[in-house]
Amino acid sequence: MDLTRRRMTAALAALPLLPALGGCGARGEAGLTIWAMGNEGASLPAVLAAMPRPAGAPPVAVQPMPWTAAHAKLLTGFAGGSLPAIGQVGNSWLAEMAAIGAIAPVPASVHGLLADQFDAVVDTNRIAGRFWGVPWYVDTRLQYYRRDLFARAGHAAPPRAWNEWKRALRRVKTVVGEGNYALLLPLNEFEQLLTFALSAGARLLRDADGRGAFSDPEFKAALAFYKSLFDEGLAPPLATTEIANIWNEFARGFFALFISGPWTVGELRTRLAPDMQDRWATAPNPGPRGAGSAAPGGSSLVVFAGHDADGRAWDVVAGLLAPAAQLQFHRLTGDLPARRSVWDTAGLAADPLVAPFATQLDRATALPKLPEWERIMTEMQIIAERMVRGEYSVDQAAREMDARADRLLEKRRWMLDRGRAL
Amino acid sequence: MNAGRRSQARAGWIMTGPALVAILIFFVLPAAASLALSFTDFDIYALADIGNLRFIGFRNYERLLENPLFWKATTNSLLFVAIGTPFVVVLSLFAAMLVNSRWLAWRPLWRVALFAPYVTTLVATAVVWRYLLHTRYGLVNYLLSLVGAGPVDWLGSPTASLPAILLFVGWKSFGYNMIIFLAALQTVPRELEEAARIDGAGWFARLRHVTLPAIAPTVLLVSVLTVAAMFQLFTEPYVMTQGGPAQSTVTILYFMYEEGFKWWNLGSGAAVAFLLFLCVLAVTLVQLRLARRGGAI
Repeated sequence: MDLTRRRMTAALAALPLLPALGGCGARGEAGLTIWAMGNEGASLPAVLAAMPRPAGAPPVAVQPMPWTAAHAKLLTGFAGGSLPAIGQVGNSWLAEMAAIGAIAPVPASVHGLLADQFDAVVDTNRIAGRFWGVPWYVDTRLQYYRRDLFARAGHAAPPRAWNEWKRALRRVKTVVGEGNYALLLPLNEFEQLLTFALSAGARLLRDADGRGAFSDPEFKAALAFYKSLFDEGLAPPLATTEIANIWNEFARGFFALFISGPWTVGELRTRLAPDMQDRWATAPNPGPRGAGSAAPGGSSLVVFAGHDADGRAWDVVAGLLAPAAQLQFHRLTGDLPARRSVWDTAGLAADPLVAPFATQLDRATALPKLPEWERIMTEMQIIAERMVRGEYSVDQAAREMDARADRLLEKRRWMLDRGRAL
Repeated sequence: MNAGRRSQARAGWIMTGPALVAILIFFVLPAAASLALSFTDFDIYALADIGNLRFIGFRNYERLLENPLFWKATTNSLLFVAIGTPFVVVLSLFAAMLVNSRWLAWRPLWRVALFAPYVTTLVATAVVWRYLLHTRYGLVNYLLSLVGAGPVDWLGSPTASLPAILLFVGWKSFGYNMIIFLAALQTVPRELEEAARIDGAGWFARLRHVTLPAIAPTVLLVSVLTVAAMFQLFTEPYVMTQGGPAQSTVTILYFMYEEGFKWWNLGSGAAVAFLLFLCVLAVTLVQLRLARRGGAI
């Protein structure tokens, strides 16, 4: 074959296709790949390197990805058939991944990994009577408060029952004065209202999660309580985007209480000045009649469908749930371990700032498990913000939330009628 | 003669054939498929099992029209078009006139320097611009502080985010339009301008009555291209603000991306795409009509 100029050009033009050819080769022949997000993905290789593994076990590679792209990547990975063997999946995404058949249920042989865990978190992973992932690390949201400001208002800690809690907030408000507030409830985050609703015992959805239950008296009580905190001037009607730096404002005394997750412990420890460090603390959430509830969070390890034929992937998951690996993982990331025994060995149960998270996780409520959940919560908060700004009364807001949830759940009801929904 | 024409036609078909096939496979078919998709409720359930797909007629469109976020995205996109198009066109016209002027030394160097932003990677420059626009450490706020203007929270405030993105988009895209304008400016006869100068026309009068009429078709071309580009803004808000703050930089395309790939409602996303197509088509037709009336073409 003569090397004409045309053939040369064609060969050059085909060059970019070469890597694709390489992809046809021995892809994933013996190794396993784990998709992991953010901080966890960055620390996972060190944990895997230290993990004792039997001779001949397949090598494990970690593919880290940012949290912001993770959800879309999991779904496109499923659509394109390119999911790896193992993945980290946020607990709130499990329902979606299970509904589309992307993940394999946890086999009975590794159910032991679900022991020694927080019940509410394990319950989050049970959909249609089966477990779909093994909780890897946990989190939940509770109150962070300024000890000095509450002390000046005559309280060692925020009281547990709603009416006393609000009375304490009123006193804090008079202490901090004009221009400052007792607490911060960002209007663009649904987690705060959700925490109040769970504390009030609201079920949120009804009819096998086919319709909204926002007009239930429990939810309306939480909604009215949420609204009253703004109406009485205890919380500013602001979104997080309108607050330049939440930690600085907390230290400055713009608000004396806010609701957040365990990651904020580390943030406050590193960002606040040393003389501020003994002026803040954490406490479990309040409820209508004493201790309140919260939504259990965190991530689970899953094995994707089609990769569970042999037990190799589950062996890796079991290795990552071993106490030594959990302890090392906690030290690297600061994430709260899923296994309760590790809380004691890591000294977390004795840490006054972290121990309330265990208390709260013991009083957490698993959320409804359906793919549309996050979107329903987003819509709920949009209505709640309008209610706070005076567009809706509590009853109107609850009705509107039901209407929007019912519209989002129309396809799910159709699926339920045909017995096709999980 | 007849045979000659036929063979000429065949040669034409053979030569345009590959391009036409590519257009058919990669443009016409997907566009038709997405139009069909917009009449279905393709969602996460249909992704799992195609049997869960339903044809729902115009319901996607009905729901979009009553979705406040869709209107917010449309308003944002129209703002980008209304403010961004004149901004980019004027910016690139002046840049072109600068590198076309005879008194400028090192002209090729200027052309390369001004064209460089267009050929650099968008994501990389967006990251750099995020530093430039930083509230406390950014160069933009430093320059503002020199003239006594207070720091602006460019990417964190719902009112400043749109101008911030526009600044970036303008800087990124004026180079391409500048080249088009430059080519047109070089066809304007120097004699005309010299004659106007001798008649006593000032700089602005010459621009208004000599240069602009001479390059009117190019102005039309550039503004049509810019309107289409402004309607399709996506990467810039995606990389710099993720649609925030307070959804002030959610453009139509960003909204479509969220519908399709965040919430996985591909049917609804396809409906957004089709509405966007109609929007761009309508605006372009209006522009063409205006230009025809003005005698530009």
